Amino acid sequence: MASNTKPAFAPRDRTWHPKGLTPAYNSSVLRSPKRALLQMPTSLSETSGPVFGHDMLGENDADMLANAVVDGDPVGERIVVSGRVLDEYARPQAGVLIEVWQANAGGRYRHIRDGYLAPLDPNFSGYGRCLSDSHGNYSFRTIRPGPYPFPNNGPAWRPAHIHLSLFGASFAQRLITQFYFEGDPLIRHCAIVNAVSDPAAVDRLVARLDLDNAVPFDALAYKFDIVLRGREETPLDAEHG
Amino acid sequence: MKKQLKETPSQTAGPYVHIGLLPDVAGIDVKHHGITGHTGLKDGTPITITGVVRDGSGEIVKDALLEIWQAADDGQFADGHNGFARCHTDFETGEFRFETVKPGPVAWTDGSSQAPHMTLMIFARGINIHLHTRIYFADEAAANAADPVLNAITAGRETLLAKPDTNSNNSYRFDVSLQGEAETVFFDI
Ligand SMILES: [Fe+2]
Repeated sequence: MASNTKPAFAPRDRTWHPKGLTPAYNSSVLRSPKRALLQMPTSLSETSGPVFGHDMLGENDADMLANAVVDGDPVGERIVVSGRVLDEYARPQAGVLIEVWQANAGGRYRHIRDGYLAPLDPNFSGYGRCLSDSHGNYSFRTIRPGPYPFPNNGPAWRPAHIHLSLFGASFAQRLITQFYFEGDPLIRHCAIVNAVSDPAAVDRLVARLDLDNAVPFDALAYKFDIVLRGREETPLDAEHG
Repeated sequence: MKKQLKETPSQTAGPYVHIGLLPDVAGIDVKHHGITGHTGLKDGTPITITGVVRDGSGEIVKDALLEIWQAADDGQFADGHNGFARCHTDFETGEFRFETVKPGPVAWTDGSSQAPHMTLMIFARGINIHLHTRIYFADEAAANAADPVLNAITAGRETLLAKPDTNSNNSYRFDVSLQGEAETVFFDI
């Protein structure tokens, strides 16, 4: 049995993340625990985690402009999204599985439960997936999604956003988030964004225009860097990561 | 070591989480997805775990996504270990279902043993940061009595015990309550 299973991750900063209960975001009211979370040290159950390799990736998983094409290119602004995955100690995180989902250019999701009146795009699914490389870099191609309405204490609008799901080497690093686009005036009106109370934390959810990475006469680019929880100590022996 | 960066803040997975995480459930055909409600574990006692997730009014949550991560039946996480599975709560019934094997005891920080358990994470619309809990087994009474995590719980310990189904061999029931009287114990680990 591994002897290096001492607590490896400090607790999350729960003042930086959104609280569970954020009444302005109506759906949180009945879905947030009332009891305090119980703090426990990490053991092997949390420092280990599933490993995902390139065999998990379909040919066009990281190219959402191509992976659902039926008879033409998807409608909308073509963009490249890229960034780096680091941990809290600024160490690049390699092999991070990034799962992506988003609405189409009109703000409609290809989902059997989305009935928004904006049309589906027959050439766009909004599904994507990629892995970070050995330097922690990732990228995928897509279209910029449109804003969409949602019910929330009355009608409300989501700013344009892309959902990301992330796996580090440890299950304790598991994170799901969304990023927004620099300059979108809907960001400050959104109750889901504002569930994050620190403006510096909100700022970390905003992708920046990245003209250096734009593809001439093809696609604009946005940069979104990601930070996962950091393990305080490097394992002494080859613990399964 | 001192932390230099703040973690990226969490945001809710929202109601359309299936597109990215279980595309076939959303109605999208993806050839290589490869993640299902079955772990890849083969050795040991096959088990199924079913249940529902309830909100603070007792309503069944029909748009949640759940993930488990667990040790093999020997309590180890060896290289190539596939103790991960993911499923959704059914859009009509709200029921979720995992198929796996019963995990073995995992080492605790001091080298002693934890009772057999799996980590469970819950994502959904209205959940701003995923909820982290554990599934233990009601039929492991002796191991549970010595478990350091269960023993740190002052109220609600029974919410973490999957109950054997008396009608069906190796089936367990595990219902989650996000809020209220029977609120499941959630962790900050
Ligand atoms: Fe969304």
